[in-house]
Amino acid sequence: MTTTSLAAEASTGEAVQFWILGTVAVLGALSTILLKRAVHSALSLAGTMIILAVFYLANGAYFLGVVQIVVYTGAIMMLFLFVVMLVGVTAADSLKETLKGQRWLAAACGLGFGILLIAGIGNASLKHFNGLGEANAGGNVQGLAALIFTKYVFAFEVTGALLITAAVGAMVLTHRERTERARTQREQSEARIRDGKQVTPLPAPGVYARHNAVDVPGLLPDGTPSELTVNPTLRGRGQIRDVSGESLAELKALEQRSEERLGRSEEAKR
Amino acid sequence: MNPVNYLYLAALLFTIGAAGVLIRRNAIVVFMCIELMLNACNLAFVAFSRMHGNLDGQIIAFFTMVVAAAEVVVGLAIIVSIFRTRHTASVDDASLMKL
Amino acid sequence: MENLIALLVAAPLAGAALLLCGGRRLDRAGHWIGTLFALASFALAVPLFTELLGRDAEQRTLHQHLFSWIPVGGFQADVAFQLDQLSMTFVLLITGVGSLIHIYSVGYMEHDERRRRFFGYLNLFLAAMLLLVLADNYLLLYVGWEGVGLASYLLIGFWQHKPSAATAAKKAFLVNRVGDMGLSIAIMLMFTTFGTFAFGPVLGAVGETSEGKLTAIGLMLLLAACGKSAQVPLQSWLGDAMEGPTPVSALIHAATMVTAGVYLITRSGAIFNGAPDAQTAVVVVGAVTLLFGAIVGCAKDDIKKALAGSTMSQIGYMILAAGLGPIGYAFAIMHLVTHGFFKAGLFLGAGSVMHGMNDEVDMRRYGGLRKYMPVTFITFGLGYLAIIGFPGLSGFFSKDKIIEAAFAKGGTEGWILGGAALLGAAITAFYMTRVMLMTFFGEERWRKAPTPSPAEPSVEPAAETRGEYTPPHPHESPKSMTIPMILLAVGSVAAGGLFSINEAFVKWLEPVTDFEHGHPPLSASAITTATIVVMVLGVALAYFQYGRKPVPAVAPRGSLLTRAARRDLLQDDFNHAVLVRGGGELTRALVQLDHSVVDGAVRGTAASMGGLSGRLRQVQNGFARSYAVQMLGGAAVLIAATLLMRGV
Repeated sequence: MTTTSLAAEASTGEAVQFWILGTVAVLGALSTILLKRAVHSALSLAGTMIILAVFYLANGAYFLGVVQIVVYTGAIMMLFLFVVMLVGVTAADSLKETLKGQRWLAAACGLGFGILLIAGIGNASLKHFNGLGEANAGGNVQGLAALIFTKYVFAFEVTGALLITAAVGAMVLTHRERTERARTQREQSEARIRDGKQVTPLPAPGVYARHNAVDVPGLLPDGTPSELTVNPTLRGRGQIRDVSGESLAELKALEQRSEERLGRSEEAKR
Repeated sequence: MNPVNYLYLAALLFTIGAAGVLIRRNAIVVFMCIELMLNACNLAFVAFSRMHGNLDGQIIAFFTMVVAAAEVVVGLAIIVSIFRTRHTASVDDASLMKL
Repeated sequence: MENLIALLVAAPLAGAALLLCGGRRLDRAGHWIGTLFALASFALAVPLFTELLGRDAEQRTLHQHLFSWIPVGGFQADVAFQLDQLSMTFVLLITGVGSLIHIYSVGYMEHDERRRRFFGYLNLFLAAMLLLVLADNYLLLYVGWEGVGLASYLLIGFWQHKPSAATAAKKAFLVNRVGDMGLSIAIMLMFTTFGTFAFGPVLGAVGETSEGKLTAIGLMLLLAACGKSAQVPLQSWLGDAMEGPTPVSALIHAATMVTAGVYLITRSGAIFNGAPDAQTAVVVVGAVTLLFGAIVGCAKDDIKKALAGSTMSQIGYMILAAGLGPIGYAFAIMHLVTHGFFKAGLFLGAGSVMHGMNDEVDMRRYGGLRKYMPVTFITFGLGYLAIIGFPGLSGFFSKDKIIEAAFAKGGTEGWILGGAALLGAAITAFYMTRVMLMTFFGEERWRKAPTPSPAEPSVEPAAETRGEYTPPHPHESPKSMTIPMILLAVGSVAAGGLFSINEAFVKWLEPVTDFEHGHPPLSASAITTATIVVMVLGVALAYFQYGRKPVPAVAPRGSLLTRAARRDLLQDDFNHAVLVRGGGELTRALVQLDHSVVDGAVRGTAASMGGLSGRLRQVQNGFARSYAVQMLGGAAVLIAATLLMRGV
């Protein structure tokens, strides 16, 4: 990154970079809002943000570009992923609209808003770009630091306070005080008998110790899998691996192999 | 290429983010869309910074990031606690504020 | 000498405070304490009077400035007194007659357990009345004016356990309120016009003031006088005020308080002189009232109410005279003083009769009492002769002068006023003779058990009608009652003559009220003759109706006029129909208006807001995404507006 790239006019290289990465950024944004699974949305968004980081760098905001990668993609988006794993994990979201007229209104408002915004930008006389050559002369980080600790020092302090408050707030919000006594084992078994649904403990996953993975349901005596044996979260996601067929097939293959061997050995005897 | 294209890109991303807020029901995805909108703004600020030839725009973008980080922390905490009590993360289900 | 003026007011005020705050310890001596303070006030008045007499006619005005009351910028109200010939006359009348009536009350109220309180109220009245006539400005006069109203209210309702008394007190208070409103408005007008209330500056500045303002002030003062002096149209309270103890009727509702209106008009003479329209209103009120009261007096069987009608009528004479201007002021005051004597005497006589007749007030159950109550008969008779204007007695001099002055008004007006005054004199002679005959002459109707008549609902059946009837034992009243009556009778006989010697009274008052000789179209002797003739006619008519024929114990149905007069010429019905009913309708209409228009507007606004909110509530569906759409739409509109404004 030389100072030439910070001139008013972008270089051809920057233009190429813009058109390619810009397209990717828009696609990432679109997939963020259109993909059904929250995990996929989060990953698409992370991609878009990385591209934005590159654009920051291209615009001479070196510090911000790095911070964008470290803080946004590295910290915030990963936090999103954690939470998605924690809560948004059941089934994929349905994109079917439930509010009457919401989709049309959203489309109209979104389109109108976007068109007006773009028209506004086009309407404004933004032909002249000064470039950051002068401002970044002493180094971008130094320049920012000088501003932050002089002109914006109060705002800086206040955002510091805001961050602390947010951290405390998050802890307060997610901390759960146990308001009632934990149920004893005896009470739990009594409740089970009273409900009458499942008196015994839930069956364990895995069959005959052939598979002990958590996502493999145990088999009932007739060979069909029992969903009860699998964690409800996995059930909700539809991530049960049914191995009952496989086992039978494996048994069959085993028999065949042994027969082959026996036959071969019989043939060998003959 | 004129750097004003960055602004068009920012407007486009912002609009996409807004549309996402409107059509998605999963609170976490809605939150992501908001982040997208904030990032679009940041891009615009950075472009403005280049346009005016000073670093104030970058400072604003920096502060926006800080605020966004704080907001995400609190927002996600709220989502988690709502999920704990209501077993859903859909924004439509949290409609108790109506008359 | 000036410093004694405040003591005149202070003495009875101290008495009132002592008696009303002193508690039961003073019960045994309360009446004497009250009398003592009244006499003290009179004793203070006498040296002041001699002091005034000793001065030149132009020097006879004393001032005493007590303290500055409300000094606020241009609003300067002082507590200051002015004693001149007019005030002095009133002071002597008030303290003199007041003291006599205090003495009388000692006997009259002997058996009343709240006697101490009664004397406290009487002292309070004296203080307020003296303040009224001694004040040197209208604001202080107003204090006294309200004070006598309060004392009147308290004393009319003194027997408050009787619902009729309590109601009468309230009625008097309310009707007086209308008049008081007039006085307060007049004072406000004075302040805006003259910038002060003191008599001297106000009356001195009349010359530079427009007639319209003077007329407005004059009419308001007339309204005040009507209220306090029971003149048409605010006359309705006086008849009912007779529910109070008889000494009260004598002092307040005959001799002093009701004449405050005459004092006010006379005192404000300069204002009325500058406002002929207001003067015309005054004489009209006076003439109408003097006939009104006289007619009412003819029909009443209740002795006190008959005398109340007479009072109203006599004050009508005074108001008439006061409205005539400088030719009448002095005669108004002269009649006021003589009337103070003879009417107080008549009331005290009536009280004495009632005292001996178990508090019976219906004259149809009297009769032939002259043998049983000789002193009362003689004093009452002298008062009677005085009021009808028997030649040589005091009423003759004062009333005759008023009739002359009325004729002297000149033109058609003079003939009408004079004719009314003459007619009034005839009716006065008639009704007073009727009272006299029914009470002291004729058959002794009280020996028979009374038959309550359904035709006369206004007379309440006596308490003893249910059991066996025990006739009363008429007897002469104790000395404490008869002596004041005798003294007042002396005054009734002599006052007029004394005043008229060499026009002494007129000359005495002239520096204050001005005086000019009226020139009636007839000669003075002709008018005097006419007066005597109509008086004799009235007496004769009454004699033929009540002296020759036996008086029925139950009132006959009577003619339409009689029945109307018994109902006070329908004044209460008029008030009820016009003011009470009209006021009720007005308030009902206003309530309706309030309900339909004001509340309607409010409720309509609320309902439309509710409806609108109901619609708007649909927007508030609780879905965050709907709100987000609205926000985005709003943002789009903002951008559009910004672009448009930029474009423009």
